[in-house]
Amino acid sequence: MTNDRPSENRFEQLRQEAWEKGVVPGKGVDVAGGPIPRKPGYYGQPVVRPPVWTWEIPLYFFLGGTAGMASVIASAAIIFHHVDLARAAMWLAAIAGAVLSPILLIIDLGRPRLFLNMLRVFKHRSAMSMGAWILTLFGACVVPGLIALELHTQQVVAGSLDQLLRFVAGIFIFGSAIFGTLLATYTGVLIGATAIPAWFLHRTLLPIHFGTAGLGSAAAALELFGHRVPALNFLGLYAAAVESALLIWLSVDKHGVADRAIHEHASGWLIRIGEVLNGPLALVLRLFGLVPLAAISFLSGALISRFGWIAVGKVSGADPEAVFASQR
Amino acid sequence: MIGEGTQSSNQRRHSFVKDRVEVGFFTDPSVCIGCKACEVACKEWNHVPDDGFNWSGNSYDNTGHLGASTWRHVMFLEQDRQKGNQIVGSHSLGNGDGEDPFRWVFLSDVCKHCEEAGCLEACPTGSIVRTEVGSVLVQNDVCNGCGYCVVSCPFGVIDRRPEPLPDAGGAFKCTFCYDRQKSGLVPACAKVCPTESIVFGRLDDLRARGTARVQQLQQSGYNDAQLYDPTETSVRGIHAFFLILGEPEAYGLSPKPQVPTIHLKAAWTSAFATAIASIVAALAAFAFFR
Repeated sequence: MTNDRPSENRFEQLRQEAWEKGVVPGKGVDVAGGPIPRKPGYYGQPVVRPPVWTWEIPLYFFLGGTAGMASVIASAAIIFHHVDLARAAMWLAAIAGAVLSPILLIIDLGRPRLFLNMLRVFKHRSAMSMGAWILTLFGACVVPGLIALELHTQQVVAGSLDQLLRFVAGIFIFGSAIFGTLLATYTGVLIGATAIPAWFLHRTLLPIHFGTAGLGSAAAALELFGHRVPALNFLGLYAAAVESALLIWLSVDKHGVADRAIHEHASGWLIRIGEVLNGPLALVLRLFGLVPLAAISFLSGALISRFGWIAVGKVSGADPEAVFASQR
Repeated sequence: MIGEGTQSSNQRRHSFVKDRVEVGFFTDPSVCIGCKACEVACKEWNHVPDDGFNWSGNSYDNTGHLGASTWRHVMFLEQDRQKGNQIVGSHSLGNGDGEDPFRWVFLSDVCKHCEEAGCLEACPTGSIVRTEVGSVLVQNDVCNGCGYCVVSCPFGVIDRRPEPLPDAGGAFKCTFCYDRQKSGLVPACAKVCPTESIVFGRLDDLRARGTARVQQLQQSGYNDAQLYDPTETSVRGIHAFFLILGEPEAYGLSPKPQVPTIHLKAAWTSAFATAIASIVAALAAFAFFR
């Protein structure tokens, strides 16, 4: 029984350790750091502030990106006379981009009833302001574009009025494609141009990743809806190939302490798992002709990676050493 | 009366707003006594709500950091260094042989009111504006709480106020007591500071005062006294600047703060390139793989 007790030598040892290091770690003892704090910065407090955004934002990144690029596919499909595919793509763009995306963004606001203040000013130096306008203009194109396209294909009116409808549908669908590409890519600028080290250090990669993931997700979703055409398969291959390249880029382009949230923290695994699913795995599945599996893999990867980037931002923003290191 | 006969404008009425003079805070930790009167005055005047009380274990600092409901924050630094000509002792009693220096530094932190303000640039509603006196002001009734200023501040000052506090959901930070300044009054924190560690006044006057104070302290043995005023960075200077003893990192201040708008060009270039590549890919897909 007495053997469990520390010997006097142990006390001498502890005293020596305390004297030399200022702290003595032990089981069940929280090391506060002694009189001289040993945490980085000011008691380890964040230097910049981590994002306050919750699940709505990464989900919006996913849906907005899919919707934006769906309208690009719709435009290309219209040009090459795939009218049924164009209709499906426009429905996807309208539901994800003009209905669900605004709802998610409004829910995330601290004061949802003031959401219209987003359109109070136009500031090209604020990616958030640009995004609000891009989403608004996208919605203003995609909804009339879809209505005109449906009226035209259902042959509701005849003659020159139908020709006018066809023209109007074309204009609005092409318009939605222009704003759609920006809708899918601006989100990368949004988080790339912030004070969060893990984000701004990858400001070039992020828009490529978000935009390409949007394109691949739109193609994958349309394939799952039954539009198995070679063009969508090609787009799926293209997106998966680009995402594979980005996975390699991200694992090579390391910034040490400054972006350690990506490479050392658990939230970084969300990004990597997402990138494997929508990069190499989707590519291989597609090359083996397993299109539905590839589509599911790509969609889940694109979704998981968006959540990963927000999670990494929260870790990186709370890390004072990362901020100091990123600015050297 | 405390502070009578001082050279500062802390206790005087002024017309800086009417005259459109750039003003600022100069905060000097070498005379701060850590009383937290600035925190209390700020909360009382601005009706900043009680956001809870937690023991931090970090010296006498239970405030933690600036935030939506903390606009002044007194830092308590404990450093193993000598403060000026302070006589330091050693662990063994008796002789002051200077082996174990220890110093306590208090500094009242506040919104820096940047010349190039990340929060102001980021705000999509136009809620955040620049005032006549050069400060950065959040118009609470316009803010819809999007949270973009929070990640755009290089100093981690502004934050969104959580439920269930009053006025929750909006972004808040130091207003530089703009309401008081419009009436010719001095900001609450500077007004109550008993040692004039916080000085309010014209920015050019304060910069001269700061430079003189650093020289004075260095002559008195405070070898690591310096001004924290990052004018050579993309932030292009701050309206609330500090005298610090030692390194800025120890105060949670970036040595080289960056305004996030410097990243816009690279990010938008990448976005436009991706947009064009996606359109080309979609057209090529339908042209070649019918």
